[in-house]
Amino acid sequence: MSGMRYEAPGSVDEAVALLADANGAARVLAGGTDLLVQLRAGMISPDVVVNIKDISETHGITAEGGGFRIGASVSGAEMGENAALVAAWPGVVEGAELIGSTQVQGRATMTGNLCNASPAADGVPALIAGGATCTIAGPNGTREAPVGDIPTGPGKTSLGNGEFIVAINLPARPANASDAYLRMIPRTEMDIAIVGAGVNLVLDDDGTCTAASVVLGAVGPKTITVADAAAALVGSKVDDAALEAVKAAASAAATPIDDKRGTVAYRTKVAGVLAARAAAIAATRARS
Amino acid sequence: MNEQPKQFKWVGTRTIRPDGVDKVTGRAMYGADLTLPGMLEGKVVRSPHAHAKIISIDTSKAAAMDGVKAVVTAADMPLADPTPVASGEAMINLRDLSDNVIAREKVLYEGQTVAAVAATSADIAERAAALIEVEYEVLPHVIDVLEAMKDDAPVLHDYMFTGGIKPKPEKASNVANRVEFSLGDIEAGFAAADVVIEKNFTTEPVHQGYIEPHAVVADMGPDGKVDVFCSSQGHFMVRAFVAGLLKIDMSKIKVTAAEIGGGFGGKTTVYLEPLAVMLSRKAGRPVRMVMSRDEVFRASGPTSGAALTIKMGATKDGRITAGDATLYFQAGAWPGSPVGPAAMTAFAPYDLENVKVVGFDVVSNRQKVVAYRAPGAPISEYGVESIMDELASELGIDPLEFRAMNGAKEGTQAAYGVKFGTIGMQETIAAAQATEHYKIPLGPNQGRGVATGFWFNIGGESCAGIRINEDGSVSLTEGSPDIGGSRASMAIMAAETLGIDVNKVKPSVVDTDATGYAFVTGGSRVTFATGMAVVDASKAAIDEMRARAAMIWDVDVDGVVWEDGHAKPASTNVGDFEPMSLAELAKVANKTGGPISGHADINAKGAGPGFGTHICDVEVDPDTGFVTVLRYTAIQDVGRAIHPSYVEGQLQGGAAQGIGWALNEEYIYDADGKLENPGFLDYRVPVASDLPMIDAILVEVPNPTHPFGVRGVGEVPIIPPLAAVNNAVAAATGVRFNALPLSPPAILAGLADKE
Repeated sequence: MSGMRYEAPGSVDEAVALLADANGAARVLAGGTDLLVQLRAGMISPDVVVNIKDISETHGITAEGGGFRIGASVSGAEMGENAALVAAWPGVVEGAELIGSTQVQGRATMTGNLCNASPAADGVPALIAGGATCTIAGPNGTREAPVGDIPTGPGKTSLGNGEFIVAINLPARPANASDAYLRMIPRTEMDIAIVGAGVNLVLDDDGTCTAASVVLGAVGPKTITVADAAAALVGSKVDDAALEAVKAAASAAATPIDDKRGTVAYRTKVAGVLAARAAAIAATRARS
Repeated sequence: MNEQPKQFKWVGTRTIRPDGVDKVTGRAMYGADLTLPGMLEGKVVRSPHAHAKIISIDTSKAAAMDGVKAVVTAADMPLADPTPVASGEAMINLRDLSDNVIAREKVLYEGQTVAAVAATSADIAERAAALIEVEYEVLPHVIDVLEAMKDDAPVLHDYMFTGGIKPKPEKASNVANRVEFSLGDIEAGFAAADVVIEKNFTTEPVHQGYIEPHAVVADMGPDGKVDVFCSSQGHFMVRAFVAGLLKIDMSKIKVTAAEIGGGFGGKTTVYLEPLAVMLSRKAGRPVRMVMSRDEVFRASGPTSGAALTIKMGATKDGRITAGDATLYFQAGAWPGSPVGPAAMTAFAPYDLENVKVVGFDVVSNRQKVVAYRAPGAPISEYGVESIMDELASELGIDPLEFRAMNGAKEGTQAAYGVKFGTIGMQETIAAAQATEHYKIPLGPNQGRGVATGFWFNIGGESCAGIRINEDGSVSLTEGSPDIGGSRASMAIMAAETLGIDVNKVKPSVVDTDATGYAFVTGGSRVTFATGMAVVDASKAAIDEMRARAAMIWDVDVDGVVWEDGHAKPASTNVGDFEPMSLAELAKVANKTGGPISGHADINAKGAGPGFGTHICDVEVDPDTGFVTVLRYTAIQDVGRAIHPSYVEGQLQGGAAQGIGWALNEEYIYDADGKLENPGFLDYRVPVASDLPMIDAILVEVPNPTHPFGVRGVGEVPIIPPLAAVNNAVAAATGVRFNALPLSPPAILAGLADKE
């Protein structure tokens, strides 16, 4: 750790300049709940750590065009305290709120969870299912990208040199729409998902599903968007038959590995179980 | 000793803990909290291999580094005598201990220490450690206990021939020892049975999971005197091991007990202490060493994993006719698993005529096991209590009633040798039957399990000193590191005996130069044995105060009694004297013979055996295999609870650890024998939200050999949970599992097999 620099720029441009200068040897600090653990464990040794919390654009949850803009420094706890966000995107919020413990929630950010690029990230499947985008600042200005394009593999992102995410944007919601996220861990908190499932769906006035997205976490090197599960939901009343089809489709789509956290057989089966359950919860929320 | 129960003033009350404020304000000094002038930081080089011969160690680059003040290897440690020394409930062989502290010829598990460095900063020490070059010849390794017993298994110690077998085997093997306990005739017993059930079980090794890692500061002066400050379950144990390993006179070593952030048996041995002394001797400066969590998992001892075969038979009317058990216990890299106590406790809760238990102590390329709460008993009793449940179910008898019908009582002959005196096994079952918990209805996918547990509890050597200060306050000194609230209990017992306010007594665990020898804090012995020493010391001080009053009144000492903290004339015949309080006697002590104190140096006998009965409700998610513990009640005969909150805490903590053992804790090794989960993320002890509030019910059947009726309480509560959870899961799912942990994948696989 010797020789590591710490910077806390006050503007997006300064942050971009610091990151660009470091040529990949920089790390962005927001909540720090992954970064500090990795530093202390000796897993990473960046030349410079850039704290983005002094940049005003990274703060606040703002309603924009019917949707929400969530700054990169916003903690899970702040999301949970925002009644409008919780009402519109309960699945996104519950995913973010599953990260760590109550104490960790005071610091951990959804953007950090995304950029850590763990296939098991709890904050990510519901964002992808919800069609979220992110606002990325970089040497060539600002660009927008779908959240699902950011992680490219375990620990790897598509962010270029000098780039960092300033905010995550959730789109406007039609009526009768909601979402849900569930994960499996062998205990009740303080753990990493063995399987995660996020479902976002829209119902019409009769309760028939008109649009859906089903996204799995922790059962492949990246999140998996299960088109067959979404197709099973669309046109249905999200009844038992549709949920059985979601279950089968999600299990079929899962490509997990055997590791110390779980077996292929277990993860495959539970991916289906959680996808169906999350779909049922999302539908119940959309109806109410 | 059949005293009628009397009203106590302090015993049984929930006094403020004397260590509480220091702990919540951060003022308490734990093992890593001491800083001395000129202090160096020490780091360890560990084996990357599960089994390898050490060809060479080159420390020259590390030694040449700026800031490095000392480097040590096994060459700096004298060759230890292979003489067993008592530690906790086990015997420790100093030669093996020496190899575990620092490897000499071979490494026997990944994480074993091969060298250590002391430098002016932790960062320099770490970088220097990385420069130490060790050349290994990697050998085939074996992890699993049954694999290690096979004929073609890699043999860890070519000098080890199975003990307990005649004639002595001709071939070295990984089986260190065979033990057997038997009673009656099991063949006749099984012949008389209407129902016989036999099953194989396995359990995984589990770590004690103390939050404070091992930590020490050692300082050796040029005259050879050594000061050691560390967190342990016995600073006299640390002194004995450092003296034995480094061949230093005990009188030259002073060990101070730091506050301890959990031990559970795991701190009844040494890892860093001898290394820190060796480094300090070489550097001529104090050295601090602190393990990381990774090191705690890789290099300190869990308890054994095991494979068991249990067979029991019973008649239709519910009488158990025979019990037969074969136990294979992982010892880690050197002999010394708790298979002995496991064999002794296996059937001990029951009054059986025909019992046979055979146990094997087996080495493999794993961390050396060390004591963990009731060493061995949770494992063997898990198998027995699981079969008990199945027998009760086969016979159509309520599982608690079945246990009551066969339960041990006063006069029961246990297979391990003793005839029980006053015990509370039946009382705990009756208390369990009377709970609301046992009667409430269950919902779908829910199940209820019960199990009992037995542990011996021990006494042993303890010393205590009571000094009556000039102002009437009392300083209490003893040598048993406080891992479970023993200081509060000592103060209560002293105040009760002396008849003074408990807040006038300050209890201290003092260093090895300041009090007489105490055996380790283990075997649930401290409140019993050190408590007995405190009572004896208090009585000695009382006798001295009676003598002082007799001198003042000019009467015979027999004419003075001690009541409610006062010396009083025994009767009006003695004379009409105003009673003198302890404080008044203290005030004039300089005129009556000088300072007043009382001491006791004892070897306490007559520890009362402990029994517990637990009730567990679970709900099992049939689609994910997730087990939720809905409700849990731990009932135990505690003799007499000196400080009920601490005793309840012992029951709750033991239950929590046992539930973790049952549900999720395990060691995961890769194909090369390297540990894959050396951290709390993937070594899953229960977190607070995993557990319901654990109800603790204290049953008090006083131990007649202790002045206040104390029985050890710390170990029994970890025994029943393994089977209580297992039996509850069986009730919830209709599937009887026979391997721990009952993790979600294991449950789901079991449910799939059923279909």
